[in-house]
Amino acid sequence: MTELISDELPITRQNPFDPPAEVTRIRETARVSRLKFSDGHLGWLVTGHHQVREVLGSPKFTNNPNRHHLLDIRFQGEPPKERRQPQPGMFLSQDPPDHTRLRRMLQGQFTVRRMNQLSEWIGTIVDDQIEHLRSLGGKADLVTEFALPVPSLVICALLGVDYSERDRFQEDTAKLLSLDSTFEEAMDAMARIQVFMRELIARKKENPGDDMISDLVATGEPTDEEASNMAMLLLLAGHETTANMLGLGTFTLLEHPDQLKILKDEPEVIDNAVEELMRYLSIIHFGPVRTAAEDVEIDGHLIKAGDTVLLHVPAANRDPEKFTGNPEELDLRRPASGHVAFGHGIHQCLGQQLARIEMRIAFARLFAAFPDLRLDIDPGEVPLRTDMGIYGVHSLPVAWSA
Amino acid sequence: MRISVDQNKCCGSGMCVLTDPDLFDQNDEDGTVVLLVEEPDAAHEATAKEAAGLCPAGAITVS
Ligand code: HEM
Repeated sequence: MTELISDELPITRQNPFDPPAEVTRIRETARVSRLKFSDGHLGWLVTGHHQVREVLGSPKFTNNPNRHHLLDIRFQGEPPKERRQPQPGMFLSQDPPDHTRLRRMLQGQFTVRRMNQLSEWIGTIVDDQIEHLRSLGGKADLVTEFALPVPSLVICALLGVDYSERDRFQEDTAKLLSLDSTFEEAMDAMARIQVFMRELIARKKENPGDDMISDLVATGEPTDEEASNMAMLLLLAGHETTANMLGLGTFTLLEHPDQLKILKDEPEVIDNAVEELMRYLSIIHFGPVRTAAEDVEIDGHLIKAGDTVLLHVPAANRDPEKFTGNPEELDLRRPASGHVAFGHGIHQCLGQQLARIEMRIAFARLFAAFPDLRLDIDPGEVPLRTDMGIYGVHSLPVAWSA
Repeated sequence: MRISVDQNKCCGSGMCVLTDPDLFDQNDEDGTVVLLVEEPDAAHEATAKEAAGLCPAGAITVS
């Protein structure tokens, strides 16, 4: 079989909401194709929904970063010569049995029931932030005044991090996630976040509070190093992602007035609207990646042990083999469940039930509070996070009738 | 129809509870699946299948 080979991953988007047209063309030709990595490795690019699920669901792939070949999209085109070692406690990059052991220590804290119990409290955080917006008059940057503070306040309170300390890590998390940081810059930022986390663990041991980190430390199960990396993972994963869904999601709804009208006229559509926005926007820019730990056949292709595979979530979430109607269109009433925006397999997002509740409450109340919310900038001028691993908008100037 | 679950495979994503809380629950300790109904009535067959299909860890089987 002749195979489609891409010399590099297409990353240029033609418009803010769609994956690069070139990636869509690749999916139309071959849902499993070849992709050259920067060290010359001939790996794989998977763009089909079914195939992405198959790889992410298979125990034959590892997520140990020390096994992955890299793309030079990051680090100003100069990926590190040495592979990264997995950090104990960063269970996203660990395989079973460590992954299972560590994730289980937290799973009980993120159940659907626990998250539903937080609804009222999250509602007050959202309402406070809406009052704050109102106090600004008739215009604001939605990202700094709403989309970022809401999930940051939530995750800080859950973890027991003082919100006033967020400046200490917010700049560094941005550096860590920026595609423009050099490898050294990213690693320095990570080292500073780790110092912050180690201090946090020491404080929680001495002065336990009513929060997840205190509970985790009190079990005595994780080592200090594991606990601080687990806390770091939760903090990183817990605020940038949701914040970008809120920012980019608001931009999307404002640019699709017919869909926004549905949301306003039929408030009960909100749960499905959030699933559809997740499917349509897939804020994971490209990726995740996995590497085959042994030979494995996927959709008729032999993926050899050591081959790195890039799972293109945005392309998979637009796959017409999975989603009925026209998957290129935003349709808040479409059955959107089964999207892979939270991943699939054992690493599927641990915080997804929290993120769902945050997004439902935030979108519903934002548009109810400001019925004539509108962009206060030409849509073509909205600064897009094409330079970040998590896609979204850097800022979103909006206006409303005060 | 009969549902069976494998707690060892379960990764506590909560997708089954989100899909049909009449059939599935989660253990408060480690978030793993608790099966509430082994043999769902006709009204729950579609959601039972959907939950099995959505489970990220392949921990739910319907037969
Ligand atoms: C809309 C918001 C969010 C999106 C789109 C998202 C997306 C994802 C994705 C795609 C993965 C899997 C990555 C992979 O397989 O390589 C993941 C994992 C993870 N997410 Fe989220 N996430 C969101 C919100 C959150 C929140 C609010 C939290 C925590 C409080 C969180 C915590 C985690 C953790 C801990 C993992 C690692 C799970 C594991 O390795 O077992 N996420 N997320």
